[in-house]
Amino acid sequence: MTANPSAATTLTTPSDREIVIRRVVQAPRKVVFEAYTNPAHVVRWMLGPGGWTMPICEIDLRPGGAWRFVWRRDDGSEMAMHGIYQEVTPPERLVSTESWGPGWPETINTLLLTEYEGQTTITSRVLYPSQEARDQALKTGMVEGMTETFKCLSEYLETL
Amino acid sequence: MSSDQLSTIFSALADPTRRAILARLAEGEASVKDLAEPFAISPPAITKHLKVLQRAGLITQGRQAQWRPCRLAPAPLKEIADWLEEYRRFWDASFVRLDTYLIEMQAKEQQHDRES
Repeated sequence: MTANPSAATTLTTPSDREIVIRRVVQAPRKVVFEAYTNPAHVVRWMLGPGGWTMPICEIDLRPGGAWRFVWRRDDGSEMAMHGIYQEVTPPERLVSTESWGPGWPETINTLLLTEYEGQTTITSRVLYPSQEARDQALKTGMVEGMTETFKCLSEYLETL
Repeated sequence: MSSDQLSTIFSALADPTRRAILARLAEGEASVKDLAEPFAISPPAITKHLKVLQRAGLITQGRQAQWRPCRLAPAPLKEIADWLEEYRRFWDASFVRLDTYLIEMQAKEQQHDRES
């Protein structure tokens, strides 16, 4: 079922420290904010491409409160991130820190929800502490991406 | 690709004039004069921008004395674009699920409203 056929997820890099993701969804922002901040809802959709579940989703929704998400794949591999909420303004704004663990830079993430005629524009901004930090994340991301690619390749080669 | 190289690429991309030059070169090779035309800046200023892009490995320039066509060198840009595309894909897949889930959430809310 395609609930939102006209939707597109856009990614822009407005400065050398930022990555911005934008998407329009067909619901008032009150509902979207709830989907983003209630663990019972988050685990149902924030799963990326197929194969991941989110066995741990902890949200202490108040300034200074912690959050932690852990994703797990069928093959047992895990991906985790955590942070602290800095600003909680339902149903329009959520600011938090985010870290993927040691070796990854801590970013400041801002979720902005704007509503127009029952539709909500989701703007999710990731701000890196410095350009070097973003480059480092990019590099680490690429290395992990490569590892993933080589793993797929070696699995495929075994089937030949 | 080293982190230093990435930094050089990112600072090269941070300037709007240089991004416009790359966008123009994506359509095909061009001379320095062609590249300077849409901007209110002098050919020497364009040459400076081209040097930055060249150092970052984003463009190459021909050797002929008069007509030195610039060309886009897509490999470094592609690596960055691939990483960002992977990030975009994670969110796109999540949002597709969110679209369906929001309908479910709203249906439950309406049902709840009717019952109360």
